[in-house]
Amino acid sequence: MEESYPEEYGPRWPDRRVERTLGALVCAVVALLLAMIVTVFVRGWPSFAHNGLAWFGPGGNVDDQLNAIFLSGQAGAEYVYTFHAWPLIWSTLLITGGAVAIALFSALFVAVFIIEFAPEWMSNVLQPVVRFLASVPSVIYGLLGVLVLVPFIGNHLVSESQKASVAGVISLSGYSLLAAVTVLTVMIAPLMVSIFSDGLRAVRPGWLEGSLALGVNRWRTTWKIAVRTARPAIVAGTVLAVARAIGEAVMLAMISGSVGFAPNPADGAVFVFEPSRPLAPTIVKNIDQLSSPPANATLFAIAAVLLFSAALLSLTGWAARRAMRKYGATA
Amino acid sequence: MGAPVATPPAAPPPGAKIPSQPAKAAVEGSATWRLSDRIGLAICWAFGLLFCAIAVAIVVYLLVQGIKYLRPSMLVTPASAGFTQSESGGFSDALLGTLIVAAMGIAIALPIGIGIAVWLVEYGRPAALARITESTIEAIAGIPSIVLALFGTVIFSSTALGFLSRTSGGVVFGRSFFAASVMLSLVALPLVVASAREGLQSIPHHVREASYAVGKTKAATTRRILIPASRPQIATGAMLGLGRIVGDTAIIVVLLGATQNFAPVEGASFPLDYLRGAGTTLTNFVYEASPTGNLNQPQKAYAAAFVLLLMVLALNAAVDVVHRRARKVGAWSS
Repeated sequence: MEESYPEEYGPRWPDRRVERTLGALVCAVVALLLAMIVTVFVRGWPSFAHNGLAWFGPGGNVDDQLNAIFLSGQAGAEYVYTFHAWPLIWSTLLITGGAVAIALFSALFVAVFIIEFAPEWMSNVLQPVVRFLASVPSVIYGLLGVLVLVPFIGNHLVSESQKASVAGVISLSGYSLLAAVTVLTVMIAPLMVSIFSDGLRAVRPGWLEGSLALGVNRWRTTWKIAVRTARPAIVAGTVLAVARAIGEAVMLAMISGSVGFAPNPADGAVFVFEPSRPLAPTIVKNIDQLSSPPANATLFAIAAVLLFSAALLSLTGWAARRAMRKYGATA
Repeated sequence: MGAPVATPPAAPPPGAKIPSQPAKAAVEGSATWRLSDRIGLAICWAFGLLFCAIAVAIVVYLLVQGIKYLRPSMLVTPASAGFTQSESGGFSDALLGTLIVAAMGIAIALPIGIGIAVWLVEYGRPAALARITESTIEAIAGIPSIVLALFGTVIFSSTALGFLSRTSGGVVFGRSFFAASVMLSLVALPLVVASAREGLQSIPHHVREASYAVGKTKAATTRRILIPASRPQIATGAMLGLGRIVGDTAIIVVLLGATQNFAPVEGASFPLDYLRGAGTTLTNFVYEASPTGNLNQPQKAYAAAFVLLLMVLALNAAVDVVHRRARKVGAWSS
């Protein structure tokens, strides 16, 4: 096709140069990631160094601590670093755990349904629906949560007596664990469904046919053969969903209540209506404080914890998939 | 990609062709199952319908609110200070900001993503570096965008990169369209790489060999044959990446936001002054206009969210179209 370039000059882009250029690009991206990890940890180090393991422990009011940290940086006096993040960590664990548990359960059923049991028209509807739900921006979920779900919970689900029962400690207005978990579940379940169904689709038909030939019904075959074979994909999808849930900042900043409070399971049913604030939204909420050096270090320390959990998750997922490689399906 | 196989012609003997995909009609019903299995199937249906209901509810609710509150004038008037929601203008700056960020972000992510994918599939030596690269891309996909944003503040507040944002008295402001776009391109990068890789890998080897046989170099083969042939997948990846860029809020709030209008830098020439300045996008506008944000104008938040949702729906539809066209071409059937 291309005649304008004279042949005798040799190739304009010799292979070796292309390989080196692309290799350099790849190295640059790898280096960028390393730089990011190092930067985040180095910047966050002062906060860890001053608090030690108490960083992860309970003690005092987190919001007051954050405020004191911020103000100490402005006054030019001695920096304050005291920070006990347990309420934030506990909130992250509760919200992520709750959402992932519900999402895992429902996503598994939906994936099985799409691949195996849904009539053709139904799966033709469900697939775009799942894709759509996965692509709705998190602010929209947050907005709907704030304007629809939170008032609903605050006005209809929480009774006056429940509000009175914890009145001295925290006010229940609908911004709650329940709202956060519900919306987060809707956000991450579609991600899981799409990865699970890819995994289920990759199961070798022969294995299923073998089971069916033995007289096992389709339901049992699906759960005993297909779902088990697709376990690597299930792990992969779950890991991705957990990562997304831990890192979700904006939506949770909007509906989790944004109070540095650790919901107390001992409160009984009121527990699910209590507000809190996970780690990632804490960064968003305090982003204006970056100019204060101790606050800067604290926020980067939170980011380091997020980064570390993301890395740990990928590692777990990788190890689990490696161990399951013998099942034959790829993730 | 396991494309759903078309159902075989003529009636297959009942029971001969069993599940996975084809001939659903020939498959046993649930009537003979145990009760527990049938309850399980009912749960499947319940969750499936619930998903549909949630999606329909979101679309319908935003449609209603959007129609109620969206005025065409909002799309062309910038936000302004005002006491009531009718005085405070629209969100034209946010809309433009979204378009700018999307264009710049994908313009950065696409070449880099394709480059990485080509290197991984076509070169990939040394093998150790290839493995590291794969993990890197996976890791970038798993990093929360708020962490990327924080890292961005470090990079773009450095004096060396002061020319990409506003500087005053030696202090680099660090918030600009450049900063946000670069970090957002990292959000889109893993999707682009994965799709481009999938496209390149789906091309059978004999195609490459045919090209080498007529004397093309590897580089020329890649540029003239492999990349054009994987264009549908690359386009899909770009659309998915765009969706993520358009929908991301954390990076915008940290690296671009703080204002609801363009804040061009004085003393720079036209496009640069805007791109170096702070700005806003639809996601940021929705965040700030929600009751938990600084503006608290829920009606306008609905209107902006509706516009945002339309964008996302359009991108989804585009992905569908590209996908379908790619399947129709179906180049390498073997």
